[in-house]
Amino acid sequence: MSSNSISWSNDIVEPRPVVDLLHEWVTTVDHKRLGLLYIAFALTFLVVGGIEATVMRLQLIRPHNNLVSPQVFNRLFTMHGTTMIFFVVMPILFGFGNYLIPLMIGSRDMAFPRLNAFSFWVMAFGGLLLYFSLVGANGLYGAGNAPDVGWFAYAPLTSQTFSPGHSTDFWTLAILVSGFGSIGTAINILATILCMRCPGMSLGRMPLFAWLYLVTAGLVVLAISPLTAAQIMLLVDRYLGGHFFDTQAGGSAVIWMHFFWVFGHPEVYVLVLPAFAFASEIIPVFSRKPIFGYSVMVAATVAIGFISMSVWAHHMFTVGMGAGANTFFVLSTMAIAVPTGIKIFNWLGTMWGGSIEFRTPMLFCIAFLFQFLIAGLTGIMQACAPFDWQLGSSYFVVAHFHYVIVGAILFCTFAALYYWFPKMTGRMYNERLGRLHFWLFLIGFHLTFDFMHIPGLLGMPRRIYTYEPGRGWDIWNLIVTVGVFFQAAAILVLLVNLLWSFWRGTRAGNDPWDAWTLEWSVSSPPPPYNFSSIPAILSRRPLWDLKHPGDPDWRYEGTP
Amino acid sequence: MSATSMMLRQPVPEELPLRGRVGMFTLIGAESAVFTIFVVAYIFYIGKSLSGPTPQDVLNAPIFFSVCLLSSSLTIHLAGKALRHRNVATFSRWWFATIALGAIFLYGTAREWQRLIYHEGLTISTNLFGTTYFSLVGLHAFHVIVGLLCLTFVFVFSVLGYVEPKHEYQVELLSLYWHFVDSVWIVVFTVVYIVGR
Amino acid sequence: MRTSSYYGWNRSSAPILCVLCRSREVFALPAHSLSPTNIFAPASTPAHSIFGVSLFVLAVTGAIFVVVFSLLVYTVVRFRKKVDEGSEPAQVYGSTQVEVAWTVVPTLVVVALFMATVRVIADTQRVARPYNALEVIAIGHQFWWEYRYPRLGIVTANELHVPVSDSASPTPTFITLLSADTDHSFWVPRLAGKTDLIPNHPNQMWIDPRETGLFLGQCAQYCGTQHAKMLLRVYVQTADEFNQWVKAQRQTALPTSAASEGQRIFESTACINCHAVAGTSAKGRFGPDLTHLMSRDTIAAGVAANTDQNLRRWIRNPDEIKPGSRMPAMQLNEAQLGAVTAYLETLR
Repeated sequence: MSSNSISWSNDIVEPRPVVDLLHEWVTTVDHKRLGLLYIAFALTFLVVGGIEATVMRLQLIRPHNNLVSPQVFNRLFTMHGTTMIFFVVMPILFGFGNYLIPLMIGSRDMAFPRLNAFSFWVMAFGGLLLYFSLVGANGLYGAGNAPDVGWFAYAPLTSQTFSPGHSTDFWTLAILVSGFGSIGTAINILATILCMRCPGMSLGRMPLFAWLYLVTAGLVVLAISPLTAAQIMLLVDRYLGGHFFDTQAGGSAVIWMHFFWVFGHPEVYVLVLPAFAFASEIIPVFSRKPIFGYSVMVAATVAIGFISMSVWAHHMFTVGMGAGANTFFVLSTMAIAVPTGIKIFNWLGTMWGGSIEFRTPMLFCIAFLFQFLIAGLTGIMQACAPFDWQLGSSYFVVAHFHYVIVGAILFCTFAALYYWFPKMTGRMYNERLGRLHFWLFLIGFHLTFDFMHIPGLLGMPRRIYTYEPGRGWDIWNLIVTVGVFFQAAAILVLLVNLLWSFWRGTRAGNDPWDAWTLEWSVSSPPPPYNFSSIPAILSRRPLWDLKHPGDPDWRYEGTP
Repeated sequence: MSATSMMLRQPVPEELPLRGRVGMFTLIGAESAVFTIFVVAYIFYIGKSLSGPTPQDVLNAPIFFSVCLLSSSLTIHLAGKALRHRNVATFSRWWFATIALGAIFLYGTAREWQRLIYHEGLTISTNLFGTTYFSLVGLHAFHVIVGLLCLTFVFVFSVLGYVEPKHEYQVELLSLYWHFVDSVWIVVFTVVYIVGR
Repeated sequence: MRTSSYYGWNRSSAPILCVLCRSREVFALPAHSLSPTNIFAPASTPAHSIFGVSLFVLAVTGAIFVVVFSLLVYTVVRFRKKVDEGSEPAQVYGSTQVEVAWTVVPTLVVVALFMATVRVIADTQRVARPYNALEVIAIGHQFWWEYRYPRLGIVTANELHVPVSDSASPTPTFITLLSADTDHSFWVPRLAGKTDLIPNHPNQMWIDPRETGLFLGQCAQYCGTQHAKMLLRVYVQTADEFNQWVKAQRQTALPTSAASEGQRIFESTACINCHAVAGTSAKGRFGPDLTHLMSRDTIAAGVAANTDQNLRRWIRNPDEIKPGSRMPAMQLNEAQLGAVTAYLETLR
């Protein structure tokens, strides 16, 4: 008997007490349930982070506005950035990874199920800790203060001198703690992929999804730790009288930047590689062709992983590192554009000659391709250090990274939500609502983030709670704010679709998309043990082989 | 529905690594990254203190205690070997020697810190040297303590008779961690007592 | 004796940049009117160099965009599923030639972009200061700018005056950037790219404005509550105007009798802890130097016009104009406020 509450039979089943159900979910070590918990957690914080963004944009709708005070605005952008990166995008990507990796590689669960549960709850605790700062940062009787040092918390602004009280500590500890969860998940992903593949699934035959998560996990292991280290140093400075970043004692503010960005840059690849994973699974299925250039995609991914560890100081071009250092980081940053571009071309090559179906997941993936192209090109512009001396720390950068995080990553995540929704819930989402979500969000996204580049080009720096009239920024800020409402409406449509379809959607079979990877070979939703017997496979598309026994992939692949 | 029925040829069986080993190596990788940052900070701040005691003034290389710690790598290896040869009693003895040597090392660190803080006036807040020294050595000592706790658990289990030869795999994983802690000390010792002075 | 070719336009880059120069002129006029802080309206060599390379980068990325965008559109349109299609399309797994092609071409593009970039980095950063350059030390504070002219013996705040420079015989201004507290960034887009002011990490930048006028900017590195209102005003003047300004700034405050009540209050309360007025007992350095306060157009780092009303508002309660600024409300009654304001208004 399946422990899922969705049942195929018409028998009358005694409803179980809610307490039992809650207990099951809180104590679960099943990768599928933890995956769903991650996704639900992330979607909740997406709404919270979105509200923070909306308030900021309303404050900036016109110059010298006073919807919120500067102190509140500064907390808003700090919380918005921290929430979105650590408690929305990372959890939702870990959620999909957790749910799908064991299914895709033919195993029954992740390598360390209890570590998996621990990682989720620790991450969730970190998120709650961050928001507890709203009431807790000044002690029981003072008014609470969220952190206001920016999501990258540059020293010496974070020292006790300039940030008294505890708001900064909530930022530090919340991320420190959730970082342990991230490392735990990364350990799990690495061990699962390396050690638990089903018979026949060599590394060269596993879905690209698994490869992308493998490299992501490697990056997490190497990149989160520098942030952990820097945050420990910050705590030593703030509470033990240390001088790591104390410029009065000869310490260096720049070294915080180096440590932070050694984390921060690979972090954005941690965010984007799983989005590539989704695209690499969805685009082939809706083009009805295998991914073009599997081996090259793998090589490009690994190259991106390596190069991403060497580009961090392109966030510091204006800091005064000297011509030599600037030149090196220009080179490494431009170099990473090559494997990234190769990926775009390979997705294009996948669609070329195919038979494209414009279902909702594919709509989001196609938009992703256009938008990621633009995001990459604005990235190249900033890779040119002198150009970055103008563009850096301005709204151009804000537009660029939102283009990546929203235009590429979030779009792919929406695609993934719709694509795997039938597998996870056993029901189809509503296609018309899906399209409505797509078009609303597309319009809103472009209104906001296309036009956001312009104030940057006209000299508007970031993190300002208001701006002077007469700089030529007014109309662009207005348009940017208008776009927010379309996006908000779209998210509402998404949530309605997800919830309504979960209760009332038409039943989905095992394989509603006629896809080719192993997760589509089991029921929707899968049984707790995933596979009744562990599959043995011969090619990268085991289900294609099954459906086309006269023309199986293993005849053409040449994989060992 | 199972996919085994689709096999027309036998897939090539692959020798997959063990989960525990991959997990432990990954953890070691993450910890190495943390230590690297602290070592980089230490090296960057060499000679940059504006005032207060310098390494040359106050540091004495703890050779004896380092030898103890590094020997504990040998003893833990011998313990593992004994267990592989199904000799639980010998395993217990070498395991205890490992714990003892680790504890001696910690005692040495504590003694040095007491001397530095109370007699030389070097604390974590004195100057850049103090901050980076106590942080780096302290982080390492923390990892030694965690390791010793785990080792002690295993020792208690073995005294109570719960450890069997089949546990050689778990013992190997713990040993990996312990070897890591020791190799970090080699790096820390070199940076702090040789390069930094 | 350095010529303009040393730090800007060297021979080999001239032909390429000449083409871009033309387009620059086309851009300059409307660009300038779009916004006083438009990065595409350069008025000084560093900004010009950046503008030149930015046009090249925009051209290259624009071309890439057009090509790939068109391919994407074509693909999406041409290969959509036909209604009567039953079977799967041809299953193509890859193509080595194509992969090589779209690896080699981007690599070449990257090389070209890199070469263009390195040239401009060197032109801007590896520049020796000419002997006749004006030296300024800019010190960032929360939330105002301190300017010192060491060779001229001037200390002032928030409004930077520099002489206009001429390509035939340039008189650039070299600015050393320091910080008294947290990180800041000096960004006047029409004059140069931004450079950060970081405590314990002095930086250098230079400008050689080619036209007179007022150039605007603001702090571009989040530095705390009032980061948004740490505005920059750079006054580029003719040689004569600049010399006059220097002469006036070097004088100490003229002693007056009419406002002595205000001066007495100023010097006996906390004002002198933070502010300095040359020639008096006020020698505080935490806040802006007020010796020539009335020579400035604005107060509070460019936030409010320097009028009697704004001065009173500011002194009565700075948070009203700039909430979170470091100056506390001075708790003066109306009479004291009037007297102090009158005194400050004598500081020309």
